[in-house]
Amino acid sequence: MSSSERLPKHIEDVLVTHRRGFLKNAGLLAVSFGFFGPATVEQVAAQSGEPAGSPGPYRDPDFHQIDSWIVIHEDNTATFYVGTTDPGQGTGTCFRQLMSDELDIAFDKTTCIMGSTDKTVDQVGSGGSFALERNSWPMRRVAAEARRVLLEMGSEHLGAPVDQLEVNNAVITLKADAPNNSAKRVTYGELIAGKRFNVTLTGSNVYAITGKAKTKSNPELKYAGQSIQRDDIPAKVDGSLKWAVDVKLPGMVHARNVKPPFACAKLTGIDESSVKSLPGFIKVLSKGNYVAVVCEREEQAIRAARQLKTTWNKPPTAPFPTSEDLFNYMRTATPVSDVRPGGPGESEPHPSSRSVAEGDSELRNQSSGRAASSGSGIQVPPSRPPAARNPEMREPVSGPMVVGNPDAAFSSAAKIIEAEYEIPFQGHTAFAGAHSLADPSNGQMTVYTNDMKSYSMRRGIATFLGMPHDNVRVVWMMGPQGFGRSAAEDAAFEAAWIARQIGRPVRMQWMREEETAWDTKGPAFLVKMRGALDSGGTLVAYDFHARSCDHNHVGYNEPDSVLIAQLMGTRRAKPAAGSAAMPSDMYAIPNRKMLGEVVGLPILWETPLRTGNLRDPNGPQPTFAAESFIDEAAAAAKTDPLEFRLKMLQASTQDDNGFRRARSIAVLKAASEAYGWDSRPSPKPIGKDNILTGRGVAYSFRGETVVAQIAEVEVNRQTGHVWAKRLVCAHDCGFVVNPASLRHTVECATLHGLSRALHEEVRFDTEKVTSRDWFSYPTLRHADIPQRIDIVLVNGDPNPNRPDLPPYGAGEAALKPMLAAIANAIYDATGARIRRVPFRNDRVLAALKAAGV
Amino acid sequence: MSRIDLKVNGRSHTVDVELDTPLLYVLRNDLDLRGPRFGCGLGQCGACKVIINGAAVFSCITPVSSVKSEVTTLEGLSQNGRLHPVQQAWIEDQAPQCGFCQNGQIITAKALLDKNPHPTDAQIREAMNGTLCRCMSYFRVQSAIKRAIKVMADGSHADAKEVVA
Repeated sequence: MSSSERLPKHIEDVLVTHRRGFLKNAGLLAVSFGFFGPATVEQVAAQSGEPAGSPGPYRDPDFHQIDSWIVIHEDNTATFYVGTTDPGQGTGTCFRQLMSDELDIAFDKTTCIMGSTDKTVDQVGSGGSFALERNSWPMRRVAAEARRVLLEMGSEHLGAPVDQLEVNNAVITLKADAPNNSAKRVTYGELIAGKRFNVTLTGSNVYAITGKAKTKSNPELKYAGQSIQRDDIPAKVDGSLKWAVDVKLPGMVHARNVKPPFACAKLTGIDESSVKSLPGFIKVLSKGNYVAVVCEREEQAIRAARQLKTTWNKPPTAPFPTSEDLFNYMRTATPVSDVRPGGPGESEPHPSSRSVAEGDSELRNQSSGRAASSGSGIQVPPSRPPAARNPEMREPVSGPMVVGNPDAAFSSAAKIIEAEYEIPFQGHTAFAGAHSLADPSNGQMTVYTNDMKSYSMRRGIATFLGMPHDNVRVVWMMGPQGFGRSAAEDAAFEAAWIARQIGRPVRMQWMREEETAWDTKGPAFLVKMRGALDSGGTLVAYDFHARSCDHNHVGYNEPDSVLIAQLMGTRRAKPAAGSAAMPSDMYAIPNRKMLGEVVGLPILWETPLRTGNLRDPNGPQPTFAAESFIDEAAAAAKTDPLEFRLKMLQASTQDDNGFRRARSIAVLKAASEAYGWDSRPSPKPIGKDNILTGRGVAYSFRGETVVAQIAEVEVNRQTGHVWAKRLVCAHDCGFVVNPASLRHTVECATLHGLSRALHEEVRFDTEKVTSRDWFSYPTLRHADIPQRIDIVLVNGDPNPNRPDLPPYGAGEAALKPMLAAIANAIYDATGARIRRVPFRNDRVLAALKAAGV
Repeated sequence: MSRIDLKVNGRSHTVDVELDTPLLYVLRNDLDLRGPRFGCGLGQCGACKVIINGAAVFSCITPVSSVKSEVTTLEGLSQNGRLHPVQQAWIEDQAPQCGFCQNGQIITAKALLDKNPHPTDAQIREAMNGTLCRCMSYFRVQSAIKRAIKVMADGSHADAKEVVA
């Protein structure tokens, strides 16, 4: 069977065409592009003028077949098909490095196609920083198995046993010391191109699949560990990349939403005559409280959506307090649930409505189980209070987790300190505005999206539209950010619904004010903390009480919680509770009481204040509180804050968390050395200068990855302006596949943390979000950027006798401690403790005044 | 609808659109260019920027009928198959994360360096401050600008230096 029989015809066509196109443009692209780059089939198709897709239906690629993952071509190159997405953190290049190593093929003779449901197996897409930690393993095992099978074929071809053969760059030869050594050779392409492997892998789910071959150990890897340039960058720099926003199809029309003017508004009328005479007008579509307009051209749709006259009724009660009143509201609200035990900020508390692949839930449980036993250094006590059932919630309400005897420790303390921390809602506010193109041709539905979870989108849209699974496919393409459950999902459902209604390809894009106001939000947190110090200045007891405003946390691509379903009234009956995560530190504090509660806003549906996963979904908030509080305890003990932390990590304990403590100590020491930390208590003596300088430290785990950060700030006494002049991040995510790419991701995540520390806050009155653009929802800018950033890759196990630490997630961890590091630096510089995020000039100035600075 | 003549990246075009149509949609939807992108439609973020008369301009709030001079987009920066030194520096420093805003970063930097080939750090920050990045690639973008300054000063990209909007 030829390869063109194995693959849908158009893929072979476009691959061939693409190669031709490459050669034609080689002078331009050879700058640093791989032999042929990472373009998706659709990008390639569009660039080569091929039609955009096969007519369907679209069956799932079988993850048990090597042929679903790897295709080797006649010219001895390979294409890898992986079911993940890379919004720009370089994971696609890392997958190529690892698979090239396992297959024994030159990196620049490979390419990687990602995340389209009909071309690549379901590996969920991306999320949870699991790309290398979890998703790369099946890819590696498949590539290793392909190499094994090719060696067997080579053995037959060359007439020599496998153990006398070796492979270099996809060419099989006899080993130098083989009997009957000869110059005989055969390439992978000669052995397999145009044929199928026809090898069935074993394993019950995509994460468990394996062949007979073993993967290589870290020292055997040639490309992994190297700083190979990211293969997606050249096309992003020269303007040639086709993004999801760029897809155009014949007959395509443009849609724009008309959002309710306030939360939970009821549509009472549409005056279509207000737009009917506009040029290019096609239709107003409406169901329930969902309204959209469709026009021939994009600017026409924008105008029509703005001009359409609609009338709405307000809800009988205010949907929420103002952003200024939020924390007072949260303080007095009745909690609806508490956090499930254990999860220290794991990023995937809300898997899609269907469990991701069979068996994935098992992995998930193993993962969170690990976190539960080791993440916070505490055990769930046997004496939990009896559970009370809240009819709104999935989980029973239960009491705090207790270790030791905190009440006794507090009553005998030499000193007790208390503090309360406030972290507001923060948004994705993705560039572009959520967007998607949906094509209803041939009775199928093809959705072009940048959403990082193409597979759950396919299931969600099929369910939402009532279409058979095989009639829907989702094509992933590059887009802005990709930090969790963004509004990209909402836009895709909307485009698909409208396309189904009007029978033409529909391009939907949200405007800036929609995106900023209506995207999903990271939950606000209110955290009360108490600590007991003994007479020696040791923190002997600790009380952590978090409340997150996260009652209705929307999941990924859920057909009954996506915004259009809410507005149409086809939403689910009960909201999905979010969570309030615990701190992730490994401090040996003998007595702890930890409670996480969730509170809800008065109205949970059809509101722009809806929560969803935003990069490290509930990590930065409790970490800001916990790591600020440790600093407050160190100051109360008149001890250097770094030494205070190290002392609590080096204290003897009876638990089994020594390994995590050793890695915690390693990153703190690495950050300290890189910065040149001088030991002294905070705050430092405050002089008379207008600019006050100080430094702060914070650390946390995210999953198995541990990060320590040091910030050096300048605080302007007169304006309250804070500039982070220097940042240091020591980062240990185990084995590093691409150091340069990792540094890039860590640097940007660190600055994302800085943005959330200094600027980001969703503002609202009692009926609508008033953060609607880049001025009313400010983020970090060029002028805020530090003079110097040091990234220290600690790279793994402190024990040199264990070289095989696997890669852990790195997409989010460096965001987590940054908020506390900045607050601690402000305190060091000024003696003023700021406990409310973000540290805007006015808040800092007020804190300085309150502290008499 | 009105017929409007436009010169973009050295080529002349005639489009038939409303006079107040923002230049951005004409570039993207009529001329099939992908460099300029919608980020806000408000002239706040810079993702849509193009170069007109040597200045980096927000194409999302520029009516197409007001454009009287040649427009240069990201696609028009390379010359004779060679990337502009700013683009080359972007690759060397691996500046983008997702890359969606990088059109604005590159266009703004190019316009800055055309006017001021040796900006100070403070001038770079000031000139770039209205060009936003949600992935926070700012530190790399500033590094890449400094690399481009050096390369252009060394004159090692003589061909590319001739590319002027």
